[in-house]
Amino acid sequence: MINAKNITSRRLQYRHYKAYLFSRFCAVLAWLGIALLAVLVYQIGADGWVWVDWQFLESFPSRFVEKAGIKSAIVGTVWLISLTAIISIPIGIASAIYLEEFAGNTMLRRIIDINIANLAGVPSIVYGIVGLALFVRALDLQRSLLAGALTMSLLILPVIIIASREAIRAVPVNIRHAAFALGATRWQTMWWHVLPMSLPGMLTGVILALSRAIGETAPLVMIGALTFVAFLPEGPGDQFTVLPIQIYNWVSRPQQEFHDLAAGAIIVLLVLLLFMNSIAIYLRYKFERLTR
Amino acid sequence: MKQCQSMQMNAPEKDLSTKSTVLKLASSPITSTRVRRRWGESFIYILLAASALVSVLTTLAIIFVLGKESLNFFSVVAPMEFFTGTRWVPLLDPASFGVLPLLWGTLAIAVGAGLIAIPVGLAAAIYLSEYATERVRLFLKPLLELLAGIPTIVYGYFALTFVTPLLQTWSDKVHVFNAVSAAIVVGIMVLPMIITLSDNALRAVPMELRQGAYALGATSLEVTSRVVVPAGFGSVMAAFLLAISRAIGETMAVTIAAGATPSLSLNMLDSIQTMTAYIVQVSLGDTPVGGIAYQTLFAVASLLFVITLLINLLAQWITKRYREQYEL
Repeated sequence: MINAKNITSRRLQYRHYKAYLFSRFCAVLAWLGIALLAVLVYQIGADGWVWVDWQFLESFPSRFVEKAGIKSAIVGTVWLISLTAIISIPIGIASAIYLEEFAGNTMLRRIIDINIANLAGVPSIVYGIVGLALFVRALDLQRSLLAGALTMSLLILPVIIIASREAIRAVPVNIRHAAFALGATRWQTMWWHVLPMSLPGMLTGVILALSRAIGETAPLVMIGALTFVAFLPEGPGDQFTVLPIQIYNWVSRPQQEFHDLAAGAIIVLLVLLLFMNSIAIYLRYKFERLTR
Repeated sequence: MKQCQSMQMNAPEKDLSTKSTVLKLASSPITSTRVRRRWGESFIYILLAASALVSVLTTLAIIFVLGKESLNFFSVVAPMEFFTGTRWVPLLDPASFGVLPLLWGTLAIAVGAGLIAIPVGLAAAIYLSEYATERVRLFLKPLLELLAGIPTIVYGYFALTFVTPLLQTWSDKVHVFNAVSAAIVVGIMVLPMIITLSDNALRAVPMELRQGAYALGATSLEVTSRVVVPAGFGSVMAAFLLAISRAIGETMAVTIAAGATPSLSLNMLDSIQTMTAYIVQVSLGDTPVGGIAYQTLFAVASLLFVITLLINLLAQWITKRYREQYEL
């Protein structure tokens, strides 16, 4: 189109016209996709924002729409995510360090590599079933926070490992060589040099993984997280509910009012996730400047 | 005051202790400290390796749990009946265990979602990688990542309260729970994933290839359709497959929007049931442990696991194969 003046041949004009149409077509579809997702967010905001107030955050679930709230769901979510973080972060980062720095190119490492790549693609509900059979029944943890956190940890471990490995790999080799040249052992190099440099990248992955765990519903439905919890959990052995479960409970009722309540809870959930994701994206931005 | 005193008291002690360790270190042969340090490090190695083994144990646990209960299930129900039966009525009398209706439901949702997400996703990825300005990219890429993080339960809500009513204004044959609505939202759900992965794949195609084609007088459409997309074909296909696999494993949106009626019906305006939705339905009820209904959970989950695993393996194989060919 730029050189339209110089083009004499009709055929060439036609080809450029086609290319122009194609570029517009792609642009329209791209913005359409974004617009669809924007409609989704807008629709939820329009349905639910009137419900989000202090009373909503402060109340327990109830049969009466006016009195219903998400206090137990928020507290349950905070408990579940904290426990999941405590379990999954050390194991995930330790695995990543082992696989990147210490495992070498052995048979075992290749097996673990393939294994992790495939674990990341296992549907979350399958983790729920394993959690049900293993933690709830075999280990007899009942429908407790601990059983939920263990299940969630299994679910997000592959995500944490993959992200942490990428962060470690992004640290330049010269850093390692310099440390080795000064007589540091492999662990000292790792602990004092590679780990601090890769920490922001790891944190990004960890936050994204945890925000996935916050939004997951299916595995917790499987292990039987209660849908009506009018008390606050006080320890890892207690029963609990979380925001997505509370939303599911309200959505699956036929009454319109409960759907609006669900929209209110979704807004709280999305704001929480937006907050966490923004931190992750900001950290990655910082990290990219650090390692460049 | 007391704190000050105790600090003063402590300070010399601390000095002494560090001095003594320094002395100790200096007097002992260097090799012994090295040995000690190595012993500590090998302990760390063991800890690290043990953590890495957790992921292997997870896989073994999945296979063991699913396999054991599925074997129990297949000792009661013949595999022939399970895989070729056309009626899925496991909870009522007379029970029938043909998994085909559930498989059909899952397939319908996955294909419907793919029909929406693949063309739109590919076009959007082409737009992002070939046409969009740097400013638009910097705006859209993080936005897509944020949208990819929206929980699936939210899409379920969206299907039930927005898409289905919209479809109902268009035709009154649309059931409250229907396959079309579920397929549409699952398509929207996997869209950010397809766009991001395909865009990465197209961006990875070397600039020289594009420049070569432009130098030969190709238009942007010809460069895209005959050079860039074929060059990134492997990764783009892998992105599609991963999206399909996610649509198959998708649970909450489908459970909420598509209902719980296992059927082989071709009518997508009616309610169907997917494998995942069945699993949720059973786990919400009071199913006694060890009974046949409890075991169906594991049989259906095994099937789901095997299908998604095969698709994921295929995706990995395609990526690897095309990448190798490409680097030559």
